[in-house]
Amino acid sequence: MRAMEYVRPATPAEAVATVAARPGARFLAGGTNLVDHLKLGVASPETLVDVRRLPLDAVETYDGGVRVGANVLNSDLASHPLVRSRLPLVSRALLAGASGQIRNQATTGGNLLQRTRCVYFQDVTTPCNKREPGSGCSALEGYGRYNAILGASPACVATHPSDLAVALAALDASVVLLGADGERRIPFEELHRLPGDDAATDTTLGPDELILAVEVPTTEAARRSAYRKVRDRASFAFALVSVAGAVRVTDGVVEDVRIAWGGVAHKPWRARRAEAALVGQALTADAVRAAVDDELGAAETTPQTAYKVPMLRNTTVLTLTQLAEEEVA
Amino acid sequence: MEATIHLTVDGTDRSVDVDTRTTLLDALRERVGVTSPKKGCDHGQCGSCTVLLDGRRHLTCLAIAVAYDGAEIVTADGLGGADLHPVQQAFLDHDGFQCGYCTPGQVCSAVGAIDEAKQGRPSHVTDDLEADVQLTDDEIRERMSGNLCRCGAYPGILAAVREAAQG
Ligand SMILES: Cc1cc2nc3c(=O)[nH]c(=O)nc-3n(C[C@H](O)[C@H](O)[C@H](O)COP(=O)(O)OP(=O)(O)OC[C@H]3O[C@@H](n4cnc5c(N)ncnc54)[C@H](O)[C@@H]3O)c2cc1C
Ligand code: FES
Ligand code: FES
Repeated sequence: MRAMEYVRPATPAEAVATVAARPGARFLAGGTNLVDHLKLGVASPETLVDVRRLPLDAVETYDGGVRVGANVLNSDLASHPLVRSRLPLVSRALLAGASGQIRNQATTGGNLLQRTRCVYFQDVTTPCNKREPGSGCSALEGYGRYNAILGASPACVATHPSDLAVALAALDASVVLLGADGERRIPFEELHRLPGDDAATDTTLGPDELILAVEVPTTEAARRSAYRKVRDRASFAFALVSVAGAVRVTDGVVEDVRIAWGGVAHKPWRARRAEAALVGQALTADAVRAAVDDELGAAETTPQTAYKVPMLRNTTVLTLTQLAEEEVA
Repeated sequence: MEATIHLTVDGTDRSVDVDTRTTLLDALRERVGVTSPKKGCDHGQCGSCTVLLDGRRHLTCLAIAVAYDGAEIVTADGLGGADLHPVQQAFLDHDGFQCGYCTPGQVCSAVGAIDEAKQGRPSHVTDDLEADVQLTDDEIRERMSGNLCRCGAYPGILAAVREAAQG
């Protein structure tokens, strides 16, 4: 690990100004991803700007939703009464991730900006365009079980590992940011990007932009929402695939439905084609299957990732049909 | 860059000189001399470095010490004071270990997990997110999944946590 300066600014504005003024400075929150990267040599900032103690730790209602401060711990967000009752998908996604200890340390902002778990990204002895632009992508020919099947590029086939991000993509959340030019608000779906020919860049944020909060609308569909994660062991593992679903059925037909997938792309994948195919239909297993296949028409698989297509189809069918059954009951 | 931080470790105030690169785990083991938190993986994957930090279970390997200036830390060593903590006694009674390397982390994690359940915090396997939590075996397994045991003492660990949770 290289020698670093450590600073703890008193306000969000000071944190932003510090990172803007110092090349090679990075925000530090819980550290569960960044400190790992310092040890692995994946990141070597000159200055750590500690934002963990900034007063961004409130969960509060606003008209039409819940606003979550960037420093709210994953464990506290998952067990917050408002979230449990109005946004069960958010609780479920968080509780499906990491471990009890890690959730007590990991923050909302850090969770969303955690980087891929692709083994080559984390191994500095191998080529990786995300870590070292232009060096090549080892995952194309190498170990590829976790690779993307949607929206990938020849430069990068990494997937985004956050469970929370999949839930927020499904719920049409927004992200509140503070940069040197002031505050701005973006739709959650615009936070992460597909790799294209710039694999090194995960998000649309500037390097000195600080996440202040996430705003999540509490719609009727959000109340009927669920998260289903498929992994290699029953707990404490990243997703092979995951499905965030929310649905509202009125008079036997789908009025509102949200589907987002994890483990399939460089960003949480909002399955809008599948959603559009389901609105106005009865929510049957056959209808969901057809809608998923419509969305997955664009999927590109290898022998190592082919399993993700039926796994995603079956998991989506199960998630949505169970939600619809609960609604009837 | 060097810094001096203040920690309360197992009830004793400590002033510790650290480099900004020093993890909380290394600060505890190498500077303070409290070696009950163990370095298993050093990457957040095994739980052997778990302590109670400001009352909650927390890893120490992915924490930069300087960021935790002022923290109150209880390690397995300081859990019970002069006596054994009931969770430690339960681990003894149920053979919740073999080599013992993972045990200090398991014990701290169990204390934290039992407390979280008492506060009504749900887990991945809790059916009803809004109901009180019953620490069934499935719940205990899920809540303790961040602590790996290379010796496979899981049946004893499960029995120990089950008993301690009832106490
Ligand atoms: C063993 C292990 C298993 C895990 N399993 C899962 C899992 O199953 N599912 C899952 O979703 N996650 C999992 N995680 C990842 C974990 O959820 C993330 O590491 C964590 O959420 C990151 O939050 P943090 O506060 O620790 O971030 P940090 O490590 O402090 O920061 C991460 C990144 O975010 C930036 N950052 C932090 N806060 C802000 C802010 N407010 N504004 C702008 N930038 C910011 C930092 O600069 C850094 O680039 C696992 C982690 C480990 C170690
Ligand atoms: S040493 Fe900290 S989790 Fe393994
Ligand atoms: S008792 Fe040996 S690792 Fe758990």
